Amino acid sequence: MKKTDVIIIGAGPIGLFAVHQLGIKGLKAVVIDNLDKAGGQCIELYPDKPIYDIPAVPECTGEQLTTRLLEQIKPFKTELFLNERVDEVDKERDNWVVKTNNKKEFIAPNIIIAGGVGSFEPRKLSLKELEKFEGKSVFYAVRNKEHFKNKKISIFGGGDSALDWALELSKFSKITLIHRRNEFRGAQHTLSELRKLEKEGKVSIKTQCQIEAFDNEKELKSITIKFEDGKKEKILTDVILGFFGLIMKLGPIAEWGLNMDKKTIEVNPKNFETNKKGIFAAGDICSYPGKLKLILSGFHEVALASVECFKRARPNEKYKFEFTTSSKTIQNRLGKK
Amino acid sequence: MPKITYKDFRGDTKTIEVENGLTVMEGAIQNEIPGIDADCGGSMACATCHIYVDEKWLNKIPKAEEAEEDMIDMAFEPKKNSRLSCQIIVNDELDGLEVTTPEKQT
Ligand SMILES: Cc1cc2nc3c(=O)[nH]c(=O)nc-3n(C[C@H](O)[C@H](O)[C@H](O)COP(=O)(O)OP(=O)(O)OC[C@H]3O[C@@H](n4cnc5c(N)ncnc54)[C@H](O)[C@@H]3O)c2cc1C
Ligand code: FES
Repeated sequence: MKKTDVIIIGAGPIGLFAVHQLGIKGLKAVVIDNLDKAGGQCIELYPDKPIYDIPAVPECTGEQLTTRLLEQIKPFKTELFLNERVDEVDKERDNWVVKTNNKKEFIAPNIIIAGGVGSFEPRKLSLKELEKFEGKSVFYAVRNKEHFKNKKISIFGGGDSALDWALELSKFSKITLIHRRNEFRGAQHTLSELRKLEKEGKVSIKTQCQIEAFDNEKELKSITIKFEDGKKEKILTDVILGFFGLIMKLGPIAEWGLNMDKKTIEVNPKNFETNKKGIFAAGDICSYPGKLKLILSGFHEVALASVECFKRARPNEKYKFEFTTSSKTIQNRLGKK
Repeated sequence: MPKITYKDFRGDTKTIEVENGLTVMEGAIQNEIPGIDADCGGSMACATCHIYVDEKWLNKIPKAEEAEEDMIDMAFEPKKNSRLSCQIIVNDELDGLEVTTPEKQT
């Protein structure tokens, strides 16, 4: 079990800036995120779109904002635990214990939840009964290509992931690419390569259709797709791959006994503490009168929360308000001479 | 004010007045119509405001842009009459519009 001063849940812009505000106060933190990279919505939903309302930064993209935040917190050498979803939060005397889906454990007197609208998870096919095949013959990501050799694979989706994997896996498997409309939004040159393979009979492409059923036995053997005109077709399939992008799911956060208002956590706007002492919430996930879901509001929220975290992590020290421009201690922590 | 009717997948309907200039999504959220999540707050990045537009209204609404269609690909059970309610702006011509919310958004 890893011990630290503050466990930050969520590596979106607010979780990242929390590292900074804690770091200049001399507090150690870890950051945990379900995604495979830091940046939250900025990196996942709009990496290339410009943001115009970050104070003193007239314009920067979601990706640039993330890169700059990561650079700003570099001096604190904070560990980022990615691909980890926080599932459980339990009390242990004056500390909180956090457990992830991969059984990693952390302990700290403080938690800052900067979970946005929840953790990003793949969107799934609408047939609920397919769940039982997940991880066996239904997948929403390719972790290990070896699993997809010499198979009959039906790939769903119209974006880059669907096209790229259709092309890649067609080298050693039989691919059917299935999409709900004629237009694909993925790269057109990948599509033309696939169209070529289609002509050669190596790949089959079905559009304007969706999955309707599958043969519901022990193992997946075939699926039925239904076209817009009502026609149906059976496709021999032993692996389904679905690429429908990511969705934000509040998920486990709702089960930690925190006072919630719909999908947000109620906080005290004085220090952004929740109804549980030592658990704070900031950024899009928190709610209080007048809350605005803006990055700049989240930055303010973690600044205040970090003061309360200091008091709890260092009960015998007195918190001293300092400016970064004039505090030698802060400058040392930032590695400036 | 234009009246908009929101029908859920069971067929229960609610008709409310929505101010001109608001989106069909905002009308639903402000009036606590269930079935629309709108996680991204209308920035066309989540597809959880997905609705089906009553066939007779489809042609009266400006067509979906490509970016909207791309997003609808990711919605739960998209159909031909699928739209994102955050992209439909209410005006007097839409008085009487009927939309259906899907069984779920994710
Ligand atoms: C298209 C678009 C444009 C926008 N434009 C602007 C703008 O111009 N200006 C502005 O100020 N704001 C803008 N926003 C809003 C801004 O992106 C959000 O306010 C901001 O991302 C919130 O940051 P956050 O760190 O609170 O949450 P998020 O960015 O949502 O990050 C939360 C992170 O927590 C993780 N997480 C959640 N639960 C768990 C768990 N249980 N375990 C592990 N990880 C978890 C998630 O995977 C996610 O990475 C925009 C949003 C969108 C979608
Ligand atoms: S509210 Fe997110 S796409 Fe409409």
